[in-house]
Amino acid sequence: MSTSAVNEPTYKQAAPARARPVDALILLALMLLLWQAVGVWTSGIAVAPPLPTLAYLVNLLQTSLFWDNAAATLEAFLIAFAISAVAGLALGLIFGTRPFASDVAEPILSGFYTIPKVTLYPVVLLVFGLGISAKIAFGVMHGLVPVVLFTLGAVRSLPPVLVRTARVLRLSRRQTMLWVLLPACLPDIVGGLRISFSLSLLGVLIGEMFSSQRGLGFLLVSGIAQHNVLLSTSVITMIVIVAIVANMAMLHLSRRLTHRSK
Amino acid sequence: MTRALALLIVRSVVLAGPILLLEFGCRAGYVDPNSIIPPSDMIASMVEHIGSGDLNESMVQTFSTIALAFGLSVAIGTLSGAVIHRIARLRDMVDPLLASYYSVPTFIFYPVLVALLGLGKAPLVVLGILSAMPAVIISTLSGLDSVPPVLLKLARIQRLGPALTLWWIILPSALPRLFSGFKLALSYSLIGVIAGEFILSGSGLGFAISFAYQSFDNRAMYGIMLFVLLTAVVANGVLYAWEGRLRRRRSKG
Repeated sequence: MSTSAVNEPTYKQAAPARARPVDALILLALMLLLWQAVGVWTSGIAVAPPLPTLAYLVNLLQTSLFWDNAAATLEAFLIAFAISAVAGLALGLIFGTRPFASDVAEPILSGFYTIPKVTLYPVVLLVFGLGISAKIAFGVMHGLVPVVLFTLGAVRSLPPVLVRTARVLRLSRRQTMLWVLLPACLPDIVGGLRISFSLSLLGVLIGEMFSSQRGLGFLLVSGIAQHNVLLSTSVITMIVIVAIVANMAMLHLSRRLTHRSK
Repeated sequence: MTRALALLIVRSVVLAGPILLLEFGCRAGYVDPNSIIPPSDMIASMVEHIGSGDLNESMVQTFSTIALAFGLSVAIGTLSGAVIHRIARLRDMVDPLLASYYSVPTFIFYPVLVALLGLGKAPLVVLGILSAMPAVIISTLSGLDSVPPVLLKLARIQRLGPALTLWWIILPSALPRLFSGFKLALSYSLIGVIAGEFILSGSGLGFAISFAYQSFDNRAMYGIMLFVLLTAVVANGVLYAWEGRLRRRRSKG
């Protein structure tokens, strides 16, 4: 149910058992081939081919130019993600245990989730000023809602016997949340955190691309502006790798948790 | 019924409360008018800008780009979804791609698309397709998966041709999932196009907002922003309601 609420096309793999490493390698090879083709076709204007990019990236990773900007992005992102996770979890647990509150909140939150939030960035800038706090706020605007909706959905679809047991054991509200609800919902919560991770990152990067003097988004835009194709392609490659690796790690974690709870 | 009514009232209060509070805060001088203007002024500015007609060109530009991106995403996405569903090996191969596609912020490709295709409609359409099409592919796959095998056997027994099978058997079962994919595609292409216009572009509603921001014209900025957000909410709301009706009709049988 959380799928429709959060509007995320959660993809169920047909049969993970069937997945062969060869297929993954073929896919990777095809992607690299496509990259090479686009790189050769547009070399010098837009995309650098894979090999020169990787060589440049290795050099770039030894410069302070890269790490200063990466640190700026990482700082804003980590704070935004932490706020989204903690606040989202708290709100989700609070709404989830109160049916009326969750019925009020859910459509409003899913509505907010589907609007083009970029248009609100100027407001964020006007309220928070230029700087890291605006990026953080924008990251939270993107990342908070999925955690709330996933947690809320997970709590609502819990077997009622768990809550009743907690009542029988006379657990306080806080103890119930901490020792019953949280562990039982953990797999879904990790699913929400996974989406929140990529959306907070998106929020921070868009913020940096629109108006900022630091960060990977800024580095990307300045690479394009200076016609430094290698720089922009390297930054994109780096972001894509980090995003995919983090996503796969969290997918793995949530599968293991689901497995354990069954 | 009383619960539904209570829900409606509380929801309206939750939505209207902050707006009234903001209105009050602005009028009483607690909120700096250089950062946020009163909501009533936003509405007035929106009405002025739409009425004056100077937004017409941007609206045509933006909405036609969104329509193009959405239409292409649906057409190409459904077709490729059907092809991928047919060929098991291909599906095994693209599985990991589809599973992690939405973790990559597609938007970072936009500057590259601009460098590649020039500043105009083309990079925006491509960006819209890049953000919307995979959702259509994913929902096509899950829609085709949800067709009960027994119905396909029935079609074979009745000796239906491929076209008739598609029309009478596959589409009715797959439609709800397909439709939720289309709904996602609309909101994703809308977000993609407006975000692209906003960051780097020379025309369109997104550009109008960022232009107003950069020329410190807060009144215009809030007016256009309100219009864009209302349009998005109405478009999503219509599809949401339509989807609900589709689902109810289906569950009735």
